[in-house]
Amino acid sequence: MPFISNTDKERKEMLKEIGVEKFEDLLSNIPKKFLLKEDCCLDEPYSELEITRKISELAAKNISTGCANSFLGGGIYDHFIPAAVDHIILRPEFHSAYTPYQAEVSQGTLQYIYEYQTMICELTGMEISNAGMYDGASAAAEAILMAVRKTKNFKAIIAGTINPNYLEVIKSYTEGVGIELITIPAKNGLVDLDALKEAIDDNTGCVLLQTPNFFGNIEDAFAIEEIVHSSKKALFITCVDPISLAVMNSPAEYNADIVVGEGQALGNAQNFGGPLFGFLASSIKLGRSMPGRIVGASLDADGKRAYCLTLQAREQHIRRAKATSNICSNEALCNLAATVYMTLMGKEGLKEVAVQSTTKAHYLADEINKLDGFSLTFNTAFFKEFAIKTPVPAEEIISRLKEKNIFPGIDLKQFGYDNMLLVAVTEKKRKCDLDELVNSLKKFSR
Amino acid sequence: MAKTIFEKHSEGRKGYTLPANDVKVTLNNCIPKKYCRKEEVKLPEVSELDMMHHFLELSQMNHCIEKGFYPLGSCTMKYNPKINETLVRNDGFNNLHPFQDEDTVQGALEILYELQKDLAEISGFSNVTLQPVAGAHGEFTGLKIMKAYHEHKGNSHKKKIILPDSAHGTNPASVTLVGYEMVEIKSNEKGLVDIEDLKAHVTDETAGFMLTNPNTLGLFESQVEKIAEIIHSVDGLMYMDGANFNAIMGLVKPGENGFDIMHFNLHKTFATPHGGGGPGAGPIGVREDLIKYLPAPLIAKKDDKYFLDYTHEKTSSGKVHSFFGNFAVNVKAYIYLKMLGPKGLRRVGENAVINANYIQKKLEKYYDIPFKDSFCMHEFVASGNWQKEKYGIKTLDIAKRILDKGFHAPTIYFPLIVQEAMMIEPTETESKETLDEFINAMIEIAKECEENPELLKNAPLNTPVKRVDDTLAVRQLNVKFEW
Repeated sequence: MPFISNTDKERKEMLKEIGVEKFEDLLSNIPKKFLLKEDCCLDEPYSELEITRKISELAAKNISTGCANSFLGGGIYDHFIPAAVDHIILRPEFHSAYTPYQAEVSQGTLQYIYEYQTMICELTGMEISNAGMYDGASAAAEAILMAVRKTKNFKAIIAGTINPNYLEVIKSYTEGVGIELITIPAKNGLVDLDALKEAIDDNTGCVLLQTPNFFGNIEDAFAIEEIVHSSKKALFITCVDPISLAVMNSPAEYNADIVVGEGQALGNAQNFGGPLFGFLASSIKLGRSMPGRIVGASLDADGKRAYCLTLQAREQHIRRAKATSNICSNEALCNLAATVYMTLMGKEGLKEVAVQSTTKAHYLADEINKLDGFSLTFNTAFFKEFAIKTPVPAEEIISRLKEKNIFPGIDLKQFGYDNMLLVAVTEKKRKCDLDELVNSLKKFSR
Repeated sequence: MAKTIFEKHSEGRKGYTLPANDVKVTLNNCIPKKYCRKEEVKLPEVSELDMMHHFLELSQMNHCIEKGFYPLGSCTMKYNPKINETLVRNDGFNNLHPFQDEDTVQGALEILYELQKDLAEISGFSNVTLQPVAGAHGEFTGLKIMKAYHEHKGNSHKKKIILPDSAHGTNPASVTLVGYEMVEIKSNEKGLVDIEDLKAHVTDETAGFMLTNPNTLGLFESQVEKIAEIIHSVDGLMYMDGANFNAIMGLVKPGENGFDIMHFNLHKTFATPHGGGGPGAGPIGVREDLIKYLPAPLIAKKDDKYFLDYTHEKTSSGKVHSFFGNFAVNVKAYIYLKMLGPKGLRRVGENAVINANYIQKKLEKYYDIPFKDSFCMHEFVASGNWQKEKYGIKTLDIAKRILDKGFHAPTIYFPLIVQEAMMIEPTETESKETLDEFINAMIEIAKECEENPELLKNAPLNTPVKRVDDTLAVRQLNVKFEW
């Protein structure tokens, strides 16, 4: 049997030591009628060679973005990942370790999480970061729960320019616990400030803003912060692209209270949308309301620096029904990939990634904008992603370009916008890739 | 201790290469000045080799399955086959984007469809969602489904979830997260759900019951049918926490004996790695009439074509993940299941149970084992009570001494209903020799308690650091490095 050590002979010896004759004797607690008479209906076992062949065949039925010219984004981005990242995350010491509850044999995990937390704080300008959440969506949802817990105000305002998938997850997390969710509509691709002013009051627990927002547009976080903090208690939560933070305002510069985001872009592959990881950071005074694990530096019995999980009284294994969240397993290995990625890229590398992504996106946007029938949907600043109006339904363009292995972007019709494509660009694109898309769009031009 | 990566920073060092930018646009023309970062990001600058030195140094301070036995109760630290990692790193999986056209991801959808089907088959449920990415995430999703069911039926008076006092901490926390109220009931002297106490707490307000089976004492809840009957009599639903599914895989189908909803932990039962805390996956299986409440989309098949099925979106209990869950983790579980086959599946459960009973038997003279009258399933709970009473040694001390012997410690102080608890789960992948080594170490430790208690109080002595002061870590909170 694959992956199982003991042989029939060894099993017999062990059963004898236990004091039973056969395995079934150990199942005395299970009602007889529960026990399966027949094997489960599964494929007969594949050998390693056979499964390798089968998986290769299945993978070959997919067209990977590695073989295509892809401009897909919407929360998952195809940024460059240095080869060394995978070599670290495949180390069994990281890969097959458990959650670092036994600190003395988990210092490796604990220290990298501490370093991860430090890097997230550097990027966001925040004072405390947790060890990570499931994804950007759940991080945003839990940030709202955190703000409501802290302010005891059950009204949460969401900028309607947020990723619609995040909004769906936020609804799932907030609807059962008495939170009133108010979504502020978009106006010209940005959140409508007048509507926000109207919605906010002293009963507001938080305002959640994504910037760059779902359309890639840069929101005026400074103006919005003034509105948010004009209310008595409301906390300002921003959801950000970590790559953008190499060149764009750290959320501390516009006084965000809690910062969340999707971390996939930092050294993790797209993997058809998972695993991902969410980051969550805040000002130190909100630290005790945070969900998830946090690593702290301490000392060991010899007085030497050592790390351990800290503020655990917030967590489910201690607080049970009164915990700040139910989260236990997170996406630790993805956080490790991000830590290694940020280490390798350093400040210059991360900046270069951000600069190339945004400049190439702007080049492409300008070129597409020149095509008859195509135009930029919004006349506002954007980072690495932008929306374009198309002369024919976006679906038609996607379908036709598929034949040439070009994925021109996300059809925004599924989110209620007809004839519109959302186009994302990363540093991995060459000018010739961008020009290829422009040329292929020409045939739809009017 | 290792220096932090920040202390290894050397201005100007590079650990990456990137091609030159071949478009002639400058940053100033893209981002308005107002939105440009005022203070530069501070990240370490090191070479690739500096980075490798650093993380290799860190890795050496970790325990892991390949290094030694990991008897963590309820965590199922089985060996993670390497073929999974090789195969999942196919460009045709790694570089798929979730917004790609369905025609271009047929292989991925086929895997997810097959995994849904296989998990449903081995658990006895009608369909499975792969969206939840962790056990607790699955619990949350399962309880949302329960809530949607009651709302759909107009059961607005249903507010309470009953769970036994042996439940994992995530259970009550998940109950709170969905806005239900927890009612905790007692376990009886056999370590099982106390049926009388259950009856006393079931009311018309009962929305459902959450049960881990086998429970966290490693005991199969033999009265599960009776429990289900009581809960179903008030139109409550039975939720199974599948954390301990490894014990009964291939032997029993929970969906066929009383349960309506169940989560799987792919990172436990299905051999995907724990990764130091994640990523895992927590798929949810449900009975037929609850399928319409599952998060959308499900993966479906029509005329040999696989597609994302949103038809039940209106009745769904809502999305819980940005996309379709932890795809790469699901691929690994798929490979594992395909390699096990029906006989292998049964063998997993059997050997897990034999291994646990073997250790239990061998240790019963040396440690208090409160429920030893009954055979355990895949794990058992021992107690450090004898050692505490006679020598003043706490279970924490014993756990730390186990680290000195080259093993990871068992889960300690859980379940809460056993004092000085040590929960031991060997899994089926470990050999008899390994179990014997662990047993001998445990017997040695029992002797050390008698002969040299100070040794235990100062343990661990052979680990990369000595006992870590976790109260200091709270008192002088230091959660990021200043440099």
